[in-house]
Amino acid sequence: MLVLVAVHALTAVIAPALVRLWGRHALYVVALVPGATLAWALTHTGKVRSGEPVVETLTWVPQLDLELALRMGTLSWLMVVLVGGVGALVLAYSARYFRSDDPGLGRFVAVFVAFAGAMLGLVVSDDLLLLYVFWELTTVFSYLLIGYDPAKRASRRAAMQALLVTTLGGLAMLAGFVMLGQHAGSYRWSVVAENLPGGGYLAVALVLILLGALSKSAIFPFSFWLPGAMAAPTPVSAYLHAAAMVKAGVFLVALMGPAVAEVTPWRPVLLVGGLITMFLGGWSALRQVDLKLLLAYGTVSQLGLLMVVLGAGTRDAALAGVAMVLAHALFKATLFLTVGIIDHATGTRDLRELSGVGRRAPALAVVAGLAAASMAGLPPMAGFVAKEAAVEALLHGGTADLAVLAGVIFGSVLTVAYTLRYLWGAFADKPGVEPTTVRPVSWAILTPAAVLAVAGVAVGVLAPAVDRLLAPYADLYRSAEPGYHLALWHGLTPALGLSVLAVAGGAGLFDLMRRERVRATMRLPFDGAVAYKKCINAIDRLAVELTGRTQRGSLPFYLGVILVVMVVLPGGALLAGSPWPQRFHLWDTPLQGVAAAMVVIAAVMAARALRRLTAMILVGVAGYGIALMFVLHGAPDLALTQFLVETVTIVMFVLVLRRLPAKFSERPIRSSRRGRVAIGVAVGAVTAGMAYVAAGARQAVPISVDFPDGAVSYGGGKNVVNVTLVDIRAWDTMGEIAVLVVAATGVASLIFRHARDLGRRGDIPGDGPTEYNRPRWLTTGATARSQSVILQVITRLLFHAIVLFSIYLLFSGHNAPGGGFAAGLVAGLALAVRYLAGGRTELNGAAPVDAGVVLGAGLFVAVGTGVAAMLLGGEFLQSALLDFHLPVLGHIHFVTSAFFDVGVYLIVVGLVLDILRSLGAEMDRQHETEGDEVREKELV
Amino acid sequence: MSPNLTYVIVVGVLVAAGVTLLLERSLTRVLMGVILLGNGANLLLLTGGRAGAPPIVGSAPQEEMSDPLPQAMILTAIVITLGMTAFLLALAYRSWHLNGHDEVQDDVEDRRIMDLADRDEVPDDDVDGDDDEESPTTDERQLSTTAKGGRAG
Repeated sequence: MLVLVAVHALTAVIAPALVRLWGRHALYVVALVPGATLAWALTHTGKVRSGEPVVETLTWVPQLDLELALRMGTLSWLMVVLVGGVGALVLAYSARYFRSDDPGLGRFVAVFVAFAGAMLGLVVSDDLLLLYVFWELTTVFSYLLIGYDPAKRASRRAAMQALLVTTLGGLAMLAGFVMLGQHAGSYRWSVVAENLPGGGYLAVALVLILLGALSKSAIFPFSFWLPGAMAAPTPVSAYLHAAAMVKAGVFLVALMGPAVAEVTPWRPVLLVGGLITMFLGGWSALRQVDLKLLLAYGTVSQLGLLMVVLGAGTRDAALAGVAMVLAHALFKATLFLTVGIIDHATGTRDLRELSGVGRRAPALAVVAGLAAASMAGLPPMAGFVAKEAAVEALLHGGTADLAVLAGVIFGSVLTVAYTLRYLWGAFADKPGVEPTTVRPVSWAILTPAAVLAVAGVAVGVLAPAVDRLLAPYADLYRSAEPGYHLALWHGLTPALGLSVLAVAGGAGLFDLMRRERVRATMRLPFDGAVAYKKCINAIDRLAVELTGRTQRGSLPFYLGVILVVMVVLPGGALLAGSPWPQRFHLWDTPLQGVAAAMVVIAAVMAARALRRLTAMILVGVAGYGIALMFVLHGAPDLALTQFLVETVTIVMFVLVLRRLPAKFSERPIRSSRRGRVAIGVAVGAVTAGMAYVAAGARQAVPISVDFPDGAVSYGGGKNVVNVTLVDIRAWDTMGEIAVLVVAATGVASLIFRHARDLGRRGDIPGDGPTEYNRPRWLTTGATARSQSVILQVITRLLFHAIVLFSIYLLFSGHNAPGGGFAAGLVAGLALAVRYLAGGRTELNGAAPVDAGVVLGAGLFVAVGTGVAAMLLGGEFLQSALLDFHLPVLGHIHFVTSAFFDVGVYLIVVGLVLDILRSLGAEMDRQHETEGDEVREKELV
Repeated sequence: MSPNLTYVIVVGVLVAAGVTLLLERSLTRVLMGVILLGNGANLLLLTGGRAGAPPIVGSAPQEEMSDPLPQAMILTAIVITLGMTAFLLALAYRSWHLNGHDEVQDDVEDRRIMDLADRDEVPDDDVDGDDDEESPTTDERQLSTTAKGGRAG
């Protein structure tokens, strides 16, 4: 069984290719797959007839106790035969229904086969969760098939409606399954059925499961989606919405019925729901003028009847129910296929326009007639046998059963009436209507329908054989009396009399209905579709209101909400957590107070500044003040880095701010400023409070007390902070430099407009050094229009010294303040100075490399250091100490983590170079080109 | 460990100024807010460690050294802030270059939903949408102007 499901899936994958290769003829090949399913099921007939299930189990996830448990009993066998047989025939039909150049054909075939596979999996699943998975798969594939023509609005809407309704039911059903499975400790239905809970728990679970079954099988109040699903191509309607998918709910009811039929909500829900559906569906079918819709409402009505019969919960009714499932699949699929043929041959499905089709296509009329006879319950058809059995089963029940029987008979009257309406509408000669032109119907498209119709006759004629096949299912209901047997002739029984009554009543009703006036008065008082529409509308409205309230689309608003929450919750906790620590000191040295005052004043003024440049300078002052505080704290590395970063930041700001307006744009709303300040002050107060409490609450010895010893003995360096960066917490640093590379790349991609400019060397034709204008040492470039010559010369003199100093910082950093970050920033500043003095030509002269290459090399060196340590048997980024003697330099003490620091150095240099190239050189170039364009325009 | 009140105050002021700027719409101001906030956060980390002599072995007895761990963390944070500053600056420039200003705009899509909510309507989703889907560009442009005018506060 699993293999068959897998073959379906595989075929679905390759089907589009087959269609491309062979056009619509590929469908015959694909039809072999469901055909094989049918053949496989037939080979197991003997085993099934003896009431022995075919079981197959594959362990899936043993840790979770999940397995693919498949089980084919009598009911499943019947469904497999239908799914495979009808599937193969409908595919063969489709091979003539579609044209080879239909653009959606490949997709259609793929989804169709996938659906057949899912349906097959559904009916043979023993595990309820597996059943649910296949259940939802059929829903999804049905969605895709209904929405076959995505350009049509009706088709999209119908697909969405079917999806929503059946998925909603499916979810409820899953909840029911979980309730049962958790109680039984297993999800295998064969186990669960033996270990059912009791009382309200079971009732709730069953109602949830019924929601799934009823919505899938279009039972009231979920009936409305099925007629809508007729937007799908006719083969889809014939298979999914008559023979296969809608039967899934019926199948589930039939599967569970023997175990739960006696539980309170089961029978009433099914009987009431089924009867209402039967009436509404039949009634609506009588009003339709589209043949396909007529059949669709007929299907709804029949599904109601199936639910009633299978829900009755007796042995004989169950036998009648499965016989009816078989009969219905055969005749309804046939009827849909004939409607498709009529549609193709005449170009219409409107019964008001069709006339004389029966005389022009007699073979078609015969096939449709056979199926219609089965639907109306005429002997010797399968439909007759099944209906007789159902009437007989209900006839021997109590009062409630007799009431149900009356309903079923009335339903039959409706069925006969709409069957006649179908036959009359499709094939009759109508006075006053011009005879329709009918294109010849090829035998290739008619054969599949004919096979199904003949099968319907065969099932009727061979009723005793069918009885032996299906009886094992019915016998699952324990019954004292010897059971009923399916047969064509039981003698002159009351059931036969009722059948005659139904046919006569139906004929009468049909005759009445032909009068236009009567039909007009038959309006349905209510419709599930209206409720659906209202629900969907209400959900949409709720979503819009909710989103409109919460998604303001304003970044300050979102930030404000987050910050206010921060003030209220952690701030509230802070207040609640009093008393606060009593011990504190004002400062470590009074100088800290001076630096602090500088920071505070600069920060407050920066927040109030109206000019960009002022704000920038004040932010810089605050940063330098922080650096000063670092010095006083005893953190020279931090102070050094902070000074350098502030300086680079100022350079960056200057580069960008020269292009932006001097003042911030005017704020139209003044009041919101107060709100911002209020939030800012509150957040600041809460943060300060947290700093105070957290620092004061500290009891434990810091982890870093061992750092100094470790730094010397393992890291081989005296500067604890630097050793921490490149050794103890080297992973952090690794992550951080990766962030720097990403940021640099982001900057470049924001500024450079074209990918071809991204060679961040910034070479401009004519600017680069050539044979003739190769710049000589200390000569300034000819392009230097506005730069100071003296400055350029001085920076060139200084440049190498600064770079040398940066390299010194890099290597001394292990034992003294310095290290890769600071050194890289120093080198970057050297480049910045060159750029500021001489523009981009000067920058290219100073660093004739692509910034991306520097960044990449840095990352390569850093990662390479770590990997090398790993290859040498250590851990990633573990450092080793090397001591050796060189002739001139004397004793060398070297730590391998210095290489890592070199990588950091390169990345920082690369970052600064990247910033200078992007925010500096490229922006210059863009500005100049734009200026040229403006000048050109002026000239024109 | 007793908290250093000066640090606590400076942290508070830096965060307050930073957040105030962060809530602005001008990207340059937001950026300055990020820098101030970053400095405040760095100082907050430093508050957690002891002050003292530079943590360089041999220059001072170990008991007198400042705590090196927060310092290592802050050092990486400083450089990350540099990368972030560069990125935001590039963003501000790009915004100015494309739109003529460097202000953070309201999300147009969100504005549409808010307008729908105000009018008590439902969205035209795909399912119920028209078959000939027009491009909604004109509509969006109008909305973005309203957003610019009405929401810049």
